[in-house]
Formats: sequence, C-alpha cells, structure tokens
Amino acid sequence: MSRVAADQARRGSIGRGMSAAIRYALLLAGVWITLFPFVWMVTSSLKLPQHLFDPGLIPSPATLGNYADIFAKAPFGRWIANTAAVAAITTASVLVFDTAVGYVLAKFSFAGKKIIFLFIISTLMVPTEMLIIPWYLLASQLHLADTYAGLLLPGLITAFGIFLMKQFMESLPSELLDAARIDGLSEWRIFAHIAVPLVKPAIVTLAILSFISGWNQFIWPFIVLQTETKYTLPVGMVYFSSELKDNSGWIQIMAGATVSVIPLILVFLVFQKRILQGIALTGMK
Amino acid sequence: MIANAIRQSARAGRRLLSIRLTYKTQRYLFIYLMLALPLLYFIGTRLVPIVYSFNISVREWDVLSPDKPYVGLANFKGLFADEVFRKSIGNTFLFVAVGVPGQLAAGLAVALLLQSVTRFRGFFRTVYFIPYVTSIVAVSWVFRWLLMPNGWVNAALLKLGLDAQLFLQSPHQAPYVIALSMIWQSVGFQMLIFITGLQGIPNVYYEAAHIDGAGPWRRFRHITIPLLNPVILFSAVIAGISYLQAFAQIVSMTQDGGPLNSTRTLVFHIYKLAFKSFEMGSASAATVVLFVLILAFTLLQLKVLNRKVEY
Repeated sequence: MSRVAADQARRGSIGRGMSAAIRYALLLAGVWITLFPFVWMVTSSLKLPQHLFDPGLIPSPATLGNYADIFAKAPFGRWIANTAAVAAITTASVLVFDTAVGYVLAKFSFAGKKIIFLFIISTLMVPTEMLIIPWYLLASQLHLADTYAGLLLPGLITAFGIFLMKQFMESLPSELLDAARIDGLSEWRIFAHIAVPLVKPAIVTLAILSFISGWNQFIWPFIVLQTETKYTLPVGMVYFSSELKDNSGWIQIMAGATVSVIPLILVFLVFQKRILQGIALTGMK
Repeated sequence: MIANAIRQSARAGRRLLSIRLTYKTQRYLFIYLMLALPLLYFIGTRLVPIVYSFNISVREWDVLSPDKPYVGLANFKGLFADEVFRKSIGNTFLFVAVGVPGQLAAGLAVALLLQSVTRFRGFFRTVYFIPYVTSIVAVSWVFRWLLMPNGWVNAALLKLGLDAQLFLQSPHQAPYVIALSMIWQSVGFQMLIFITGLQGIPNVYYEAAHIDGAGPWRRFRHITIPLLNPVILFSAVIAGISYLQAFAQIVSMTQDGGPLNSTRTLVFHIYKLAFKSFEMGSASAATVVLFVLILAFTLLQLKVLNRKVEY
C-alpha cells in the first residue's frame, strides 16, 4: 500500500465524515483558547490604570509605564536574574547525572540493577510536596535556609530525567558499543564519544524540560527563601500580586505576569523545533 | 610441535582471561562510579526524608522544643477528626477525578485532530504547547483577573445575554475552575506524548484493518486505543500525581483555599499545618496520608489499566 493510502487509512481513524474545514476550525478554536489568556495579559499590561476595566483588546493609548512601575516597586530585575541562574544550574547538573545514570541502567547488566532502577523510579511517586517538611528542617539545620544552595539541593538529579534517558539509551545498538570495546575504547570514552552524541536530541529535550521546570518551580523556593531580593519570579509574583490585588493594581500584576512568562515562551519558541522533534523522535523507533 | 601448540594456546587463553578480568573490573568500576553519587543523593534527599516524615508523624513537635514525645497514632486520629482535613482530601480527589480524564481526553483529541490534518501541524503543535512552559503562578493570576466578578469573562457572558458567574468566589465553581486551568496548562504536553505514541503504531495495522473493511471508529477502538495503552497508563499516573500536588494554583487563585475551604487541597493543608501553625507532627501525619494515597492510586491504576492491555 502506498504511503498516501496508508496515511489516509490512519487519518480516517478519527472520522472520515469530518471535513477538513471542521478540523481546522476546531484546531483554531483550540488556538484561541490557548492563546487568549496570554493576549489579554499582554494587552492589559499596556493599558493606562484608568482603563483597567476597558473590555477592548487593543490598548489605546498603549503605555509601558506599568513596566517602569513594577521594576520600581519590586526587585523584578533581581528576580529574573535569580530565576535564570537557578534554572541554568539545575539543568547543567541534571544533564550530567541523569544522562550518566540512564546510560548505565540501559546498557549494562550488573548485580542490583533492577533494585536500583526500581528505587530511583519509585522516588518519582514521591512528590516534592511530601518532602518539603524534612527538607526544610534539614536546610535549617545545615544553615541552608534562605540560601541558593538550599534552594538548589533537592533538584540536582531527577528520577524523571533518568527514566527518560534510560528509554533513549536503550535504543542504542549494543553491537556498536561492543565494537568500540573490541577496538579498545575505555568505557568512559564510549559513553562520552559514542553514546552521548547519539542521543543528542534526547539530551536537548531533557535540557529544555529541566530549564522550564527549574524556572517555574514554586513550592520549594516559596518555603526556603525568605529575603525578598533572593526570590525567584514565581515566589516574587505571589507576594507582589497579593499586595496589589486589592488596590486596583491588576494592570501591574499583568505586567508582572508578562515579565515572568514571556522570557520562557521566547526560549521555547527558539528551541521548539528541537524539543518537539526530540520528543517525537522517541516515538518513531 | 603439538606440545608447543598446546602451550601457546594455553598462554593465549590465560591472556584472554586476564584481559577479560581487567575488562570486567574496568566495567564494574565504571558502573559503580557512575551510580555512586546519584544513589547517595537519592538516599539523602528522598529516602531519608521520607523515613524522617514517618518518624515525626507519630510524635508531637512544634519545631522549637528540643524533645519530640511519641504520641502513637494521635496525630492521625486528630487529622481524621478534623472536618477541614477530610474536606481537603475530598477536594484533592475531585481534582484528580476531573483533571486526569479531562487532560487525557483533551490531549488525545488534539493529537488525533493534528494527525488528521496535513498543513500547519508544526504551528498548532507549538501553540498548544505554550501554556505548559509558563509559570503556574503567573498564569493563575491571569485567570483570576479574567474570571473576576467584573472581569472579562463575565463581561462576555453578559454581552451574550447570559448570567454573570461567581467562578472563583463560588464554593461550587472554584474547584472546577482550578481543575480546568490545570487541564488548560497541560493539554500541550499530553498532546505531545500522544503524538509520540500514535507515531509508534505501525501503519501496517491500519492498512490491514482498512483492507478488512474496518471503519474509522473500529480502527480507533481496536487499534489506536489498545496500542496506545502503555502511553495512556504512563500519562494517567503522571497526570494523577500532578493533580494530587495542586498547590501553586491554590496559593495564587484563592490564596487560603477558599471559599469555604472548597479549594483547600491536601498539600495546601500540609503547608498550613507545617509552616503556619508549626504542628510538625500533624503535618507529617498528613504527609504520610498523601504518601499512602499516591501509592494506592498508582497501584490501582497500574492494575486497572494493565488489565486492558491483555487483548
């Protein structure tokens, strides 16, 4: 059967009766639902405070005054820098360790492998929320409360990333690695020069997913950080917005939300091909 | 001549053996070097804290006092006698019950729709994924602003001749609003997982079914769903855990789990106990309850969904 016919057969699986126009209309409706909150957020943030309840989408006149206001009112610049640093350090650590562990668990057989894997995977079932109390007590004891070391500590290696990398690494042909062994390459070089380059799409995917979750993580920074200048954006936003909501500061809250959301959307749009491809590639094998 | 050959091959064998041995040691050294630090890390940051939580859950402790007297199951009894705690468990179940099927259905619908069109696929995929990369806190404030009594949504409802709604200020609507906002944020991720899964289904099955005269619905029901089952299982567990964890949404959208505790989740309750009233014993006991719930939930899902795979 030709590829076209096969494609048609597959496509038919959602309903041949549905015309292309309806499908596109549904998809476009979804796009509107997906994007409207962001559009409303950005346009609101450009309005003059007295136009707070103006239902129009396009602000007239548009102003950047709200942004000047929020940077004057709260250390938004610091928060952006803190958040970026936390996300970057977390990502670097996760990449190194998760890739290594994923590789070993996928490509070697050794005593205790199954138990180790089960142990790591079972920590996936334990949400951060369950651990914050002991983490907080531990951080206080080690004088790590209200420090970046304390903030970073719990996220340096992730079970999710290990699971992801193991899945990808399993698709590497063992013959290739064995051939390298016969050629006399050390295990370390096989890992660094053969395995890692071959799973680059997976590594990029993991990097972006870690950066996103590092940027957006909330509950632990919310608990462990106390000094305003040390906050990350989500934590800062909670305090900033809670204070402003009652005295018609909604326009400024929207400016703050825009500042915390747009950088990440831009990062995503720049890398989206790689992340979406990276995830899609796994499914093709 | 022959003796020489034997000697030679014996030597070669020994050499081979010694190579294999060093190779084996090298291999094991590599394995354990790679694993040692991560394992210690998981023990220190996951296993020990859990054990610690279990230990505190049977003690009374206000953080400041030096001793932590053993009180048996008193903390658990206290929790279940507390109406607010019971309510928070009910709310948490509600989030899971609405959120997981909602997210899976919406994600699958978008994935199938995307597979059925030929143009702008990349554009749609990118757009649908955007909410997933954005901060829950920021997004929650945007929703809160849109859904205010005099906000944009109510203005639109009035324009359409409908009644304005209380949304986050109604104890009957608020939990659903929050669950919907969580679904909205994760549809893109779910879509991507399903697209990946759908691409993994070999075309030959569809071709064969097509030739046998199976219609679209039967192909969906008897090929797509069963073959997608491992993906559905994985997604349901991951999604379930994320709905059990609802917290940032609550802090941002209703602040104190209101109105009338209708959006107070288990995690929010734990947070209040531990960091507002400093009842570490009760908070840890609530943590243990959450732990048991997640465990039970995961095992149940593994069992229920696994059964379907056996076609």
